Amino acid sequence: MLGLTELYYLVGLIMLGVALLTALDQQHPARWTGALFWGCYALTFIIGDLLPPALVGALVVVMTLMAGLGGLKSGPLQSLSPQRLQQSTERLGNKLFMPALAIPGITILLVIFAQLWPTQPFIDAKNLTLVGLALACLVSFALALRLTQERPMQGGLEAKRLLEAIGWAFLLPHLLATLGLLFNQAGVGQAIAELARQYLQLDSRLAACAAYALAMAGLTVVMGNAFAAFPVITAGLGIPLLIEQHDANPAVMAAIGMFCGYCGTLLTPMAANFNVVPVALLQLKDPYAVIKAQAPTALLLLCVNVFLLNWLAF
Amino acid sequence: MNYWPLLGIAVVVIGFVLRFNPLLVVLAAGAVTGLAAAFPPLQLLESLGLNFLKTRSLPVILLLPLAIIGLLERHGLRQQAQRLISRVKGATTGRLLTLYLALREGSAALGLTSLGGHPQMVRPLLAPMAEAVAARQQPTLSEHWRERIKAMAAATDNIGLFFGEDIFVAFGAIVLMHTFLRESGIETDPLHIALWGIPTAIAALLIHSVRLLRLDHQLARTAQQDPPSC
Repeated sequence: MLGLTELYYLVGLIMLGVALLTALDQQHPARWTGALFWGCYALTFIIGDLLPPALVGALVVVMTLMAGLGGLKSGPLQSLSPQRLQQSTERLGNKLFMPALAIPGITILLVIFAQLWPTQPFIDAKNLTLVGLALACLVSFALALRLTQERPMQGGLEAKRLLEAIGWAFLLPHLLATLGLLFNQAGVGQAIAELARQYLQLDSRLAACAAYALAMAGLTVVMGNAFAAFPVITAGLGIPLLIEQHDANPAVMAAIGMFCGYCGTLLTPMAANFNVVPVALLQLKDPYAVIKAQAPTALLLLCVNVFLLNWLAF
Repeated sequence: MNYWPLLGIAVVVIGFVLRFNPLLVVLAAGAVTGLAAAFPPLQLLESLGLNFLKTRSLPVILLLPLAIIGLLERHGLRQQAQRLISRVKGATTGRLLTLYLALREGSAALGLTSLGGHPQMVRPLLAPMAEAVAARQQPTLSEHWRERIKAMAAATDNIGLFFGEDIFVAFGAIVLMHTFLRESGIETDPLHIALWGIPTAIAALLIHSVRLLRLDHQLARTAQQDPPSC
């Protein structure tokens, strides 16, 4: 059965490959720091569960310092010559889209397949989408190699090129998720809910709705994740204030409350995989360009949510 | 109640405002939070390690498609995407992104959340297409506007995904809300939570579509402000 263990081996091997390619690249401006970073990351995927947790923690600190202090740089590029690029594009045309579209296409087929046959012995049902995505990527990779007539090694070089373009932002979502769990363990959320309960005396229904909506958005901005904010704010404000005091419909409150959290997600660099990684992927100059593009939609929608909550929940 | 762990939040806010490298800010915030909650240093390191291992699925989605997208880009995927969209008559940046928003939100609402994403859809296909169409609408497109349009392509993918997926009943968020309310002694029907998300989902679609379609007018206005110099 294919599950997270096998998936992590695959990811670890790819990272190990990137580490080796970086170490072998004599013209690389950040040869050893880059190789060390990807080597450490690979270790956490391949043998992370066997290492003492404190050692993994130390590896995380090393990786963070390595990436945070500018130790990840782009190596020299070997792109196709303009003539070969033109030949290739003319030969392939729209076939170039096939492997790219095969990634979501095959993932969805695998997910549907596993749902139609719930007892299938191949894919771990708990991690269906992730494992499905990995299998789809392997098939698409083979297809892309066949179409472009490149060696598998070139795939490794291309992955390295894109990872170098993303740079330190690659580690950020993972590190933020780690910090989110640490916030929970240290009781950050409870402290906020407690403060809100002590200082907010809300008898007006609209004010209570606004407080819940804004608190969901606000804590999500801080934590970077609406899922982390939901239990804290709902237990601290939603249940005592909206449900018990004003008799709100819990289903409506939960649905709209979570969406208020999503408005917060659109506004925060803490939601790095949505707001920071694309800046790196698209090579934008302004680090907050994506957040600025989202802000008007998010703020308008947050206002709409307050009124929807006040209207539909009672 | 120990309020000192809130210092971690202060570190995050100050660090982001002063534009230090976010990785270093997050590491510092973690250290401050742990110490404020009176974790001994070794325990802090252990919980850092364990939490890192628990969240390993996050970078997977970003990493896996890269080799494929990289190979295709090497052979002209982005240029081909631009060529394809340039053949569509009547295409504008606003219309293209509005169409994408509707498709992304609709497919996410059916649970098909993997039909999109920044590494596999926005970077190689959507952003180059939006930029190419904008350059056709406005031949002297400034660098500032190119950036804005690429950022808007990424924003559109996020908004479509967020406000679509949450009205799909089998999505994790619905399960999370249902389980949490049940643990707090409140019974809800997951289907009701999903359905009550629809008004917001429609509002999101309308608000963002209006903004995208206004983008076309704004592009046209930049044309009047700085006419081609030749």
